[in-house]
Formats: sequence, C-alpha cells, structure tokens
Amino acid sequence: MGGYSVTDKAVKPIAVEMDAISKRFGGVHALREVSLSVRRGEIHALLGENGAGKSTILKILRGVQAPDSGGIVVGGEAFTRLSPQLARQKGIGMIFQEMSLVPTLNVAQNVFLASEPLTPAGLIDDRAMERRSAEIFASMGVTVDPAAIVADLSTGQQQLTEIAKALSQNADVLVLDEPTSALTAGEVDILFDLLRRLKTEGKAIVYVSHRMDEIFRIADHATVLRDGRLIDSRPIGEYTLATLITDIMGKETRDLSEFATDSTAQDEIILKVEHLSSKLRRGGDVSFSLRRGEVLGIAGLLGAGRSRLARMLFGLEPIAHGTITLRGETIAIGSARQATELGLALVPEDRRRQGLVLNHSIQDNIELPILKRLGATPFVDRAKSRATTDELIKRLAIKTSSREAAANSLSGGNQQKIVIGKWLATDPDILIMDEPTAGIDIGSKGEVLRLVRALAAEGKSIIFISSELAELAAVSDRIAVMSDGRLVETIDKTELLTGDASQLRAEQRLQLIVQRGGNND
Amino acid sequence: MTDTLAATRSETPLGYFKRTWRQNIIYIGFIVVFLFFALTLHDKGFLTPNNILNIARQTAMIAVMAVAMTLVLSSGEIDLSVGAVAGLASVTTAMAIAWGGVPAGIAAGIMTGVTVGLINGFLSTRLMIPTFLTTLAMMGIAKGTAMWISGTAAIPVLDRTYPAIFGGGNIGPIPTLLLWMLAVGVIGHVVLRRTKFGRQVLAVGGNVVAARYSGINTGRIKLWVIVISAVTAALAGMLYAGRLQTGRFQLGEGDELSVIAAVVLGGTSLFGGKGTVVGSIIGALMIGVINNGLILMGLEYSQQLIARGGIIILAVALSQAGTRTNG
Repeated sequence: MGGYSVTDKAVKPIAVEMDAISKRFGGVHALREVSLSVRRGEIHALLGENGAGKSTILKILRGVQAPDSGGIVVGGEAFTRLSPQLARQKGIGMIFQEMSLVPTLNVAQNVFLASEPLTPAGLIDDRAMERRSAEIFASMGVTVDPAAIVADLSTGQQQLTEIAKALSQNADVLVLDEPTSALTAGEVDILFDLLRRLKTEGKAIVYVSHRMDEIFRIADHATVLRDGRLIDSRPIGEYTLATLITDIMGKETRDLSEFATDSTAQDEIILKVEHLSSKLRRGGDVSFSLRRGEVLGIAGLLGAGRSRLARMLFGLEPIAHGTITLRGETIAIGSARQATELGLALVPEDRRRQGLVLNHSIQDNIELPILKRLGATPFVDRAKSRATTDELIKRLAIKTSSREAAANSLSGGNQQKIVIGKWLATDPDILIMDEPTAGIDIGSKGEVLRLVRALAAEGKSIIFISSELAELAAVSDRIAVMSDGRLVETIDKTELLTGDASQLRAEQRLQLIVQRGGNND
Repeated sequence: MTDTLAATRSETPLGYFKRTWRQNIIYIGFIVVFLFFALTLHDKGFLTPNNILNIARQTAMIAVMAVAMTLVLSSGEIDLSVGAVAGLASVTTAMAIAWGGVPAGIAAGIMTGVTVGLINGFLSTRLMIPTFLTTLAMMGIAKGTAMWISGTAAIPVLDRTYPAIFGGGNIGPIPTLLLWMLAVGVIGHVVLRRTKFGRQVLAVGGNVVAARYSGINTGRIKLWVIVISAVTAALAGMLYAGRLQTGRFQLGEGDELSVIAAVVLGGTSLFGGKGTVVGSIIGALMIGVINNGLILMGLEYSQQLIARGGIIILAVALSQAGTRTNG
C-alpha cells in the first residue's frame, strides 16, 4: 500500500493489482507476464484487438480462470488465484456484455438475486428489496423502476440494473466489457455520467471498448495489450488517437482515407424503394434508389429503423406500404428464401444469433444458403461445398485450422467473415450489411471495409448500415440518414468532403446530421 | 490448397482420437458392455447366435423409432407420442387386415402415422404449441383411440404373409426385423448426413433464427420431421403387429423413453443441432444388450430396472461431458 499519500492528489490508492500474470492454453500464450494496476477513483481502459488477452485477464480477475503464474493483490491481500466467490467478496463486480439478468423477474429481484433481504419470519422481504433498490438507483443518480419487469426495460436501463446489482454487493472495482455496444447515444451519456460519479466516490472502473471516441471521452488511464503482452500503460492524456491505435495494432495504421473517393457506381438503377413502411412499426417512410456498383451507407441512431429496413428488404419483416422495384420490376418479397433467389443477401446485425449456427463447422454454415445450388439432386454435393468453402476461407483470409472448425471456436472478426462468406457464396447482386464491423477487431474491420469496396468495384451494390460514422464516411458513395423509421436525408460523399476534404470533418458533419435526425428538424 | 487446410490432413490418429473420443464414447461403451456380458455370461448362452439374433429382434422396434427420433431431436424438437402411436398403428393395421387383407393393413398403418404426424406438426408449427406438449397430449389421444376402436381387446392377425414381411419371419438365417432396422438406419443416416434436407434439419435445430435468416423455411422442415417421426413410429407398430401377430394398444407402451434414451446415449444433442443415426442404433442395441444381459444374469425385474437406469445415466453423463461447455 506504499506510495499513497493523502496530500498528493495525483496518486490514488491501488484497488487491484495484477502482477506478471501468465496464462497458456495448450501451446498458445494467452498472457505473458501482463501486469495491470487499477487505482481507486480511476476509469481504466483496457484495450486490444480481439485475441489480445483482454478477456483472459478479466476472467482471471473474476476468478473463473487461474493464472499459470503471477499474483493478484486486492484489498491489500495477496492471492495466487481468485475464485468467483472470492472475487465477489473482495469487491470485484462484473457488468457483462451479454446481460446476466433474469428477464422474467423484476428489477429489485434481479438486483438482490441470491442475496435477498429476509423478513423476521425468514421469508423474502419484497418491500425492503424494492426500497433498497430505489435507494441504490437514487445514489446512482438515475431513475429505474424497481418493480418493472426486466424484459420490459430498454437495454440502457437493463445495464443500469446490472450496475446496481454490482453496487448492492458493495463492489469497489467495476469491470465493464463493451458496455455501450447496444446503447443509444442518450443512454451512453447517462452511463458516462454515472461512471464519472462512481469514480468520484472512489470506485475503480475497468472499461473495455472498441470505440476509441469513448476511451478519450471517459478514461483516465489506458492499458494496451497485444498478442498476450503488455504493450503500454499510461494516462490517457499521453495518447493521441494515432498513437493509441498504433499501440493496439502494432504498426502504423493507414487511416480510412485509403478508401477511394472515386465512386464505382454505374448508371443502372438496380433497386428502387418508395415510401416503404413496416407493419410492425407504423409511420415509417423510406425511399431511395441504389445503383449497380454503389455503396449506400445508412446512418442513424439505434432504433432509427435501419435494421427494420434491412429485414423488410430481405423478406423477414412484413411491409405495410410502399413498393420495391428490382431491375425495373415491382416485386413483393415474402421470405428470405425468395429474397435470396432474387439476388439479395443480408449479413444480419447479430452474427451469433442470426448469422451463424455456432456449433456447426465453417463449411456447414457457408453451405446453408446455397444448398439449392449444391447439385440438382436431394443430396448435398460435398465436393462442391468444400471447394466453395476453401475458396472463401482463402479470399476472406479467415484464420482457422480447418473448414471443419466450429464457428464458435473462431474470434469475432473471423466469425463475421464466415457470415459474409456464406452470403458471398450466393453471388448476390445486392448485399445488405447490418453493422458488419460491430465488435470485431480493427484489423478485421479494415479487411471488411476493403472487401466492400472491392465488391462494389465488381459491380455489386451494397447497403451498408453502421453506427460508426468514420467508416460510413469512408466506405459509402452516398449516405442516407434515418430517424424514427423515416429516411430523412441522403448526402453524397463528395458533398460531405467539401472544403478541406478531411476525413474528420466529414465525420463531424455527418455526426451532426445524425444527432439531429436530419437537416430539416 | 492453402496451408490452413493442410493442418487438418496432418492430424495424427491419436490427435483425432483425443479430439473425438467423447463423441464416440457410445461405441467404446457398447464394446465394453458387450465384452463384459460375453465374459461373465458365456456359460449362460449370451454369445449363442440365437441369443444375439434375439437381442436384435427385441431391439428392432426401438432402433427404428430411434432413427426418426434422431431427426426430431436434431431439429430441436421432441416426440413423446411414438410409443402410443406404435400401439395405435398395430391396432389399425390388424383391424384393416381382418377387413381387407394385407394391402389395406399396410395402408391403414401408414395413414395412422401420417394423420398423427400432420396433427402434431400443424399444432406445433402453425399454432406454435411446443412439441413437448402436443406430443404429450397425443400420447394420451393415440392410446385412448387404440383402446376405443379395439374395445381394449387384442386384435389377432390371421393372415400368413403379413407377419412374414413385417417382423415375424426370417430370410435365410436373418430375421426380417433386422433387415427393417438396417434399411431404416441406412436411409436415416443418408438423409441426415448427405441430403439437403438433413443439413436443414441440423441448422434449424442448431439455431432456428440463423436458419430462417439463411432462407430456410423452418416451419416446413419441422413439420416434415414430425411427420417422419410419426410414420416411423407407425411402422414400428406394424412390426410389433407382425412379430406378435396381434394388434394391441399396449404394444409400444413406454417405448418413447427407451427411444429417447437410445438417441441421447448415441450422442445426439437433446437441444438440437447435432445428431447421429449410427450412434442412435448402437444406443438402441446397447439398451437391448443390457436388458438381455441382466435377464441372463438372473436379476429380478425390479433389479433390472435399477441397473438399467444406472447404466444409462452413466453412459449419458460420459457422452455429454465433452459437449457441456459448448451448450
């Protein structure tokens, strides 16, 4: 505990210290002598590409995995390993990327799950539970109804409930793994206000995110891992975006401006959508046209109706009004199968749930949408399927030991490549991609963006939905902005890049338009 | 072609075994159980051809139903009505033979399966009632119908040709029941492993949302699987009728549990997405061998039940141990 001085404000006491942690899985060094020291009153960003060792070190911190060597000091006590019970006891609280709440129970029941307050008679004291939950939310400065059923809450409120649950167990160290991936901008602001508040209360916060803008907004200190090694650990002020990305990727990265500003769009209009609205959400109105070889970016906040548009075009969501004209013919799309036959493909938003059969092999996943084309008989032409799979593994540089490897044995970026691959196998004219780079490492992200441009150059048309404005501005020929189910504005890339044509300015302008829900408001 | 693919080929046999032994535990288990009885019961006639063929005969109906149940579980569904449907089909077949001869009997048996399957299937895929409930209800309805139309009496099959085809006779030294089992097994294996339908069944069971997003008509696949299960159960009932020359509502009673045990024992996931027909047949044979061995050992019925339950739990625990982390 040495080094802490009350008079020196800059040096805060260490909440948890992991020292020279090493961990191997078989022949793979997941971590080599990685140290991490998190101080009270500090938001500590843990950064690295997928596979850098972030999740391993978090698992060791949570006590679900034991390190091969190294030590952990928490609350002044030294351990060679933690157990999940011990970690919780020592005040380490984990906010999971995939929510760990019971959706059918109410908020208070979730907050006090397995530690319910009891009445003198030994029964669960519901009233005390709700009262104390309300107190916790009040201390967090947020409003969540303790009696509300969790399934009815927004993602943001569910996340606040998770944090309340950790706080109810007196957590001093809060670990948040990609906490904003499903939040709206407003919810992110609420979360960040809360984190700052918790920080001033002396909590230590470990923050994992792929979103660089967030790191600079919220973090005090950043630790970067790469290939299981500690690369650097410094106050955030000593980093610039470029140096941070360099640390994460390990080489000078080219910025997104490598993407040609020359449009590959041809004259032929392949798809025309007029006044489209969903049966499941009234009041929508989407009109646009898409040219052959064009990349149409779709921007908008979460809930703006972008994924709905993708599902309507792919026959997965019923259409209330509007017309779709494909290659000059007005069509009705009733099912994904029909959409596929018409030359459409959808790389869906949630690759694990919608994109892949996770415990099936790469080959099995890739052959799924093309079964019809694998031979004219009822039998699967496995030789053809193998050839297709091998070709795609090669073309997309999917890192795998074999085409027989199960999808869930691969990293997020490689899983996403399988989903893209299975749809490329159908040789679509129009490829709809819904958040294709969400949650994947920067390296894979660049590969996906380059692939999109290459496909457009081949004459394929792409509808590219993304929340990352930088990549939208880089990859799209035109960007449509959606808000509240309506397509409110379409901006040409050249229009965005007016003035000094700097990538950053384009992004800022786009950001403004998206935040305001179009220029007209 | 690429270096990534070369890695698969270079895998040693030992490496392959280490990676897959848990999936193949059923085969090891079968051999161990078989050898155990062969050694301890050789003086009681366990290894005589007659006894071995007898095991095959007794197991055939379970094995036939297990083939279809493999498809059902692989698609993420379950069919609890197979035993009762077998009983009902034995009754309708026997009654139809008495009325219009063998062709009428075969038609009646198969139609029984188709009808039950369509009802189960529509309730599950159109009204979205889980198959656990539709087939549980169907279990009672099928049994009740069989009791009602037969007046709870055994309906004798007096025709001579029917039993010869369906389960009673032999072709040379080989019981026709064994041939039925092999035929259904081979068809089931090819359907699940080699056809587009089989791939779709596994995809629907592995992740129904991803299957739908991939353009698969998930409802239709499930409907087909449920109909196939009921028709196969009806075939098992027809085999019962042939073997015992009787149609009776009790035939097949409780078989659903043996069938599901055999399939899970064989390595098929109860949660869908993963299935093996060969494993299911070995699973069924293993249950048959255990039953036979326990009888030859001279255990009482009560002791047989306990021993059989224990062995099944042990085997399933071993076969599931390797897959638990994926689930």
